[in-house]
Amino acid sequence: MKIEGHAVCLPADIDTDQIIAGRYLRTKDRSIWKRHVFEDLDPDLAERLEGAVIVAGKNFGCGSSREQAPVALKEAGVRAIVAPSFARIFFRNAINIGLPLAEAEIPCSDGDMVEIDLTAGLITVSGISRDIRPLSPRMLQMLAAGGLVSHWRQKR
Amino acid sequence: MPTLSERILTGGEGEYVDREVDRAYVHDGTGVLTYETFRALGVTEVSHPSRAYVLFDHIVPANNSTTADLQHELRNFASSSRLQFSDIGGGICHQLMGEGIALPGEIIAGADSHTCTLGAFGAFATGVGATDMAAIFASGMTWFRIPATIGLFLSGSLSGGAEAKDLALTYVARLGMDGATYHALEFIGDGVSSLSMDSRMTICNLSVETGAKTGMFYTDEVTRAYLQSYGHETAVQDPPDCAYSQEYTFDLKAIEPVIAVPPRVDTVRPVAEMAGIPLDQVFVGTCTNGRYEDLSRFATIVRGKKVKIRTIIGPASRNVLRKAAETGVLSDLITAGCTVLPPGCGPCLGAHMGVIGEGEVCLSTSNRNFRNRMGVGGEIYLSSVATAAASALKGEIVVPGGVV
Repeated sequence: MKIEGHAVCLPADIDTDQIIAGRYLRTKDRSIWKRHVFEDLDPDLAERLEGAVIVAGKNFGCGSSREQAPVALKEAGVRAIVAPSFARIFFRNAINIGLPLAEAEIPCSDGDMVEIDLTAGLITVSGISRDIRPLSPRMLQMLAAGGLVSHWRQKR
Repeated sequence: MPTLSERILTGGEGEYVDREVDRAYVHDGTGVLTYETFRALGVTEVSHPSRAYVLFDHIVPANNSTTADLQHELRNFASSSRLQFSDIGGGICHQLMGEGIALPGEIIAGADSHTCTLGAFGAFATGVGATDMAAIFASGMTWFRIPATIGLFLSGSLSGGAEAKDLALTYVARLGMDGATYHALEFIGDGVSSLSMDSRMTICNLSVETGAKTGMFYTDEVTRAYLQSYGHETAVQDPPDCAYSQEYTFDLKAIEPVIAVPPRVDTVRPVAEMAGIPLDQVFVGTCTNGRYEDLSRFATIVRGKKVKIRTIIGPASRNVLRKAAETGVLSDLITAGCTVLPPGCGPCLGAHMGVIGEGEVCLSTSNRNFRNRMGVGGEIYLSSVATAAASALKGEIVVPGGVV
């Protein structure tokens, strides 16, 4: 499974309140989450996310269990997120909705092309490749299916 | 010897296991997406309705017609699927589960990050998202990666103006915001027996702020007596000699009143260093500090006096509120000028009531002080109940007195 996109660099400890604020949660309209993603961090960021690979510092997605956070990122066009570590609920949520994550530490400069090979466990930026911490076979299956719901329906 | 997580999840560290979930719960905030995803799975029946709970606490009572419609839909799901249901006014999900529902040795999943609160009962309790919860509702099961465990050794007992929340903020600062990511915490040592169940729930509540999967206490006589008051006979879990991946020690006697400075829970300073910062609002409540012990401590400090700034009290449950009414605590709070909310947790995340304005500062007993969380442009300092009470009386951050 391969993913490619332009890098959007973010710092460490991005919490779920910064990804999508609590005031936008009470809706089923996903376009609202897409519109307001990262609003409190940088109101212009949402527009740069189409086709992006977020390259963040450690502990990405810490804080609440709100699944609207990875959903907002996916809706905004984020193809994958790379970070040295993720908050564990965010990690499960992202895989469950079919948003690929890669645990790796790589240098980031905005706009660089990032290639991720989840099956091979490799990430490549500007010709330099690094290993990523392997995902479990179940997680890879879920991502390949597009998330838990499609994976579930395929099994049954 | 196996850790408590390994004992309950039956397996060794690092193993992926599929396990039945003994209790699974959502609130009005995460329930809507859970229900939507549950339907998308194409499943018609909740596998174990007796183990599945829907507890309204985030925006209660509903604040507008969008919320009302979402809650209406969730009520219908709970009723048609015969789920265990607590409507507005019942209280905060973690508190209600802690009032005689969560039991030692159980595997508990909640669609809220602070589900770790229930580790206070010697259960493996952890937060999951809506999709995981939908799958749990559908199958009764989920997968876990058995965590490595960090041991926090407590000795002695708290003294002076310090309380459980000060210990909680202190260990969060020591471990850092991601110091326990993918790990479980165990609180052990001779200091444990001095801590009430309300205090243990506060201590476990903040474990997720270190990135931990859960924070746990082994059950002892205090747990046994507490659960007995709800009609449960339970055994004491003996802490074995475990191999922890890391160990920390805390002398409870040396814990001093502290404050978490915005916008991070792990930037913690002694209250004395922060004294004099002017406040616009004090908020006491949430799954961290909205229990009877907390309301009672606050009332003791403000009794016969008047708060100087707007002070909001959110009881964690109907039982807490009723007890406060019966013992006169509620009357003390109202007479001192506090505003009492219905049981719930809306202000903590800026979702409902108690929202702060741009440039305003709130001292809160909750668990998160992230940027803009309680209102755009507002700042949140986190403290214990005693610090909040002393500060409410002066309108600025004040070191709490020694007798509480």
